[in-house]
Amino acid sequence: MQEKTFNWRNAANYGLIGSVVMLYFSMIGMVEVFSTRDLIGDFLNMGHLLLFGGAIGVMLFAAKRISDHGGDFWLSTLIIGAVSPLLPILLVIMSLNFNMRPIFINVSPPLNELITLGLEPTAVGLVAFFFVTLILVALTAAFTRLPGRIRTPLTTTIVYMLSIGIFSELIIQVLNNPLIFRGFRLAGLFFTGKSLDLIPAVVLFVGFFGLFYWRGGREPKAAVEPKTRPHLDPRRRWIQLGLIVIGLAVAPWILGLFLSQALFEVGRFVLMGLGLNIVVGYAGLLDLGYVAFFAFGAYVMGVMTTETTLNMGGGVVNFWLALPIAVGISVVFGVLLGFPVLRLRGDYLAIVTLGFGEIIRLLALSDWLAPLVGGAQGILKIPNPVFFGIDFNSPQLMYYLMVIGALIVGFVSIRLRDSRLGRQWMAMREDEDVAEAMGINLVQTKLLAFAIGAGFSGLAGAIFAARLGTIFPHSFSLLISINALALIIVGGLGSIPGVIVGAIALVGLPELLREFTEYRLLMYGILLIVMMLIRPEGFLPAEVFQRELHAGEDQPEFSGAVAD
Amino acid sequence: MFKNRFRQYTWIDVLLVLAQAVVIVVIAVGLFNTFRTGAYSTAQWATLVFAGLAQGSIYALIALGYTLVYGILLMINFAHGEVYMAGAFSTVFLAHAFDRSGFLNNNPLVAILILMVFSAGISTGIALLLERIAYRPLRNAPRLIPLITAIGASFALQYTFRGLYGTQFRAYPSVTWLSQTWSIFGFTVPRVQPVVFISALALMFALYFYVERTKTGKAMRAVSEDKDVARLMGINIDRVIVSTFALGGALAGAAGIFNGLFRPAGVYYFMGFFPGIKAFTAAVLGGIGSIPGAMIGGLLLGLIESLGPNLILEGLGIPGANQLKDAIAFMILVMILIFRPQGIFGERLAEKKA
Repeated sequence: MQEKTFNWRNAANYGLIGSVVMLYFSMIGMVEVFSTRDLIGDFLNMGHLLLFGGAIGVMLFAAKRISDHGGDFWLSTLIIGAVSPLLPILLVIMSLNFNMRPIFINVSPPLNELITLGLEPTAVGLVAFFFVTLILVALTAAFTRLPGRIRTPLTTTIVYMLSIGIFSELIIQVLNNPLIFRGFRLAGLFFTGKSLDLIPAVVLFVGFFGLFYWRGGREPKAAVEPKTRPHLDPRRRWIQLGLIVIGLAVAPWILGLFLSQALFEVGRFVLMGLGLNIVVGYAGLLDLGYVAFFAFGAYVMGVMTTETTLNMGGGVVNFWLALPIAVGISVVFGVLLGFPVLRLRGDYLAIVTLGFGEIIRLLALSDWLAPLVGGAQGILKIPNPVFFGIDFNSPQLMYYLMVIGALIVGFVSIRLRDSRLGRQWMAMREDEDVAEAMGINLVQTKLLAFAIGAGFSGLAGAIFAARLGTIFPHSFSLLISINALALIIVGGLGSIPGVIVGAIALVGLPELLREFTEYRLLMYGILLIVMMLIRPEGFLPAEVFQRELHAGEDQPEFSGAVAD
Repeated sequence: MFKNRFRQYTWIDVLLVLAQAVVIVVIAVGLFNTFRTGAYSTAQWATLVFAGLAQGSIYALIALGYTLVYGILLMINFAHGEVYMAGAFSTVFLAHAFDRSGFLNNNPLVAILILMVFSAGISTGIALLLERIAYRPLRNAPRLIPLITAIGASFALQYTFRGLYGTQFRAYPSVTWLSQTWSIFGFTVPRVQPVVFISALALMFALYFYVERTKTGKAMRAVSEDKDVARLMGINIDRVIVSTFALGGALAGAAGIFNGLFRPAGVYYFMGFFPGIKAFTAAVLGGIGSIPGAMIGGLLLGLIESLGPNLILEGLGIPGANQLKDAIAFMILVMILIFRPQGIFGERLAEKKA
């Protein structure tokens, strides 16, 4: 990249990009959908955030470029602020003159209303929009110029406020919970419906900012000595562990039915993610057909616990007996499906596994196998597990089952990672030929990876089937494989905390943000692209990947001994 | 004596050969049964063949996009199916406008040509956008990363177009001239099928000519041989890559129009996914990186997909065989990659050790 100063042409480009982003989100209808979620009072909604986010984001990038390469800061700000609103304004003008709805279905009056900020007549609204964007961009620019002392707490405050706005449903649920707060309807103090009232919002903002500012002043900045790894201190770890266990145990009762179901989903994807983490993260085998093993676990559970042709009218077994069999059969199929792909390289392996996954889904859907697995209707009325007389028929109880499953699998993962087999996998991942030369039996190692990964997925599938009660081929599409893959990549390849973070981010968040549902996969796609461009190793990667993937970038000067 | 010759083969090879044998036997049984019972007349087979060729040529056009990009960048452009969808989906509105004004039925040739150009333009635009935003920054990254990016781009494009145009299926208007039939070799064939086939062939030959005879084509071949040496020879790699994506995109856009004319089912945002994978199968079948390979692979795949259920699966006694049409394509993909990854014309690129 040339080291040129950031001139007005660059600024215009950035402004154009910002404008395109704003236009894009408007035209695909996201802005409109998001606007149904009010954040503060009824004048600031998520749609506004998304709309102006484009301009603000672009300004942030530009500010960084300018500070790196020099340039006229305020002129650039002005240009970006002026160019950004242009395309949406153009869109509104065009949509008023031509009916664009037959083609672009989301270019509609409600969208226009949003862009013109609800003001009439339209011309006034458009002018207002222009100036609001300009002001916001200028504010963003000023923000980046603030001294760190003010900027850091301000950033944290904004993040907290946004989180409150986005997770308002969750917070209200917790605040209103009779168990903790004894019937004091605390939530009403802050929220009306789902949005914050204006005055509490301002109070909170000021309060948070004051808090963080004060805390920022107390601790010394950027510790000079390297920390002595407090997270390894055994007492702290036990306390942390204890807190987590307690938190997990009581969560369903605090959070209520809906959120327990959400947690169930997160747990399921943590299970699947851990399994896929072994195949992709440890062993380096990109498996896009992972949902096939999930399907096997679910179908085996379904077939064995209900009456279908397969058990030949004979025994209908209960959940606990069927569970290990379901896992076992998944493992067997893991080996069967892993076997043909032993010789394949990266992308081909991915495509073949994708092919397998789809074939299995199509077979499950077909009339041919319908007597066995129910075809398009699937298997119905799978019973819930019964444990010492307690019938697990609520999301809360099944959540426990999934969590325990996840914990077991997590434990196994950790032990595997640190075991000889784990090291064999990682050696194989790095370079197969060298690994073979070191005496690693590639066949065994690969098949074990597939088998164990499949087993974990089968476990998740079996529990899923018992929870849902009905399973049909639609639940076993490629999307689930991609979902699982996305979350281990975004969370961090090869690292177990990464899987959990990924699951919470990519599965938990969409459950909380219902507005997302229609655009969830779009967000996934964009997130994948952005992550690969900026941080391909994920949020919490295993150290190896972080080193590997940034190998070409500038190394800091080493002045002394290499710190560990 | 024999022991030495067979020493390089392990038990895995034995199992793979066995699996191959099983597959061949199964196919043979199916074929044999079908012909023994003689369930279908020659006319019916002919219908299937013509339809298969037409569908196959669509696959071939898309497959060319895959093979071109793979030849140069050694990456599978997972999002190519969406490039195809973009052109097809965006042009349906124009097609309806033409239909309403009568232009489409009065001057079908000109109208369709204009639609093709429009669709090719949009597809090319999307392909170039993809290259610039998602692929170019990652050119030197380990192979996994661009693949993930491609998957992400695929989803992003699908849902972008869903957001733009909505979830409804929209069918292309039917062209009167094309809905009539011709009599070829005594079989009644809807005109659209041979027209699609011949047009696609024309495009494919145009591409072949371009790659073999023009300077840019030569540059493309050079870059696919060895990127670094090509750069030393003074070839602008970036521009060549952009041209490659553009070509692939244009062909996919044209394929989109053919598909719209040929199939009444209609376009919608997810229409690119399965054709994308099938076209990739076709490219692999013919030998990825080889242009004649993609063409032959596409046609073959179309034929197999069309004839397969009736020819083989019914012979094996599988009910509802037509549902498994997609499964056949995937089976072919899997089998080719396992048993003969270089396809028909290609070089051995896919193997690793086990």
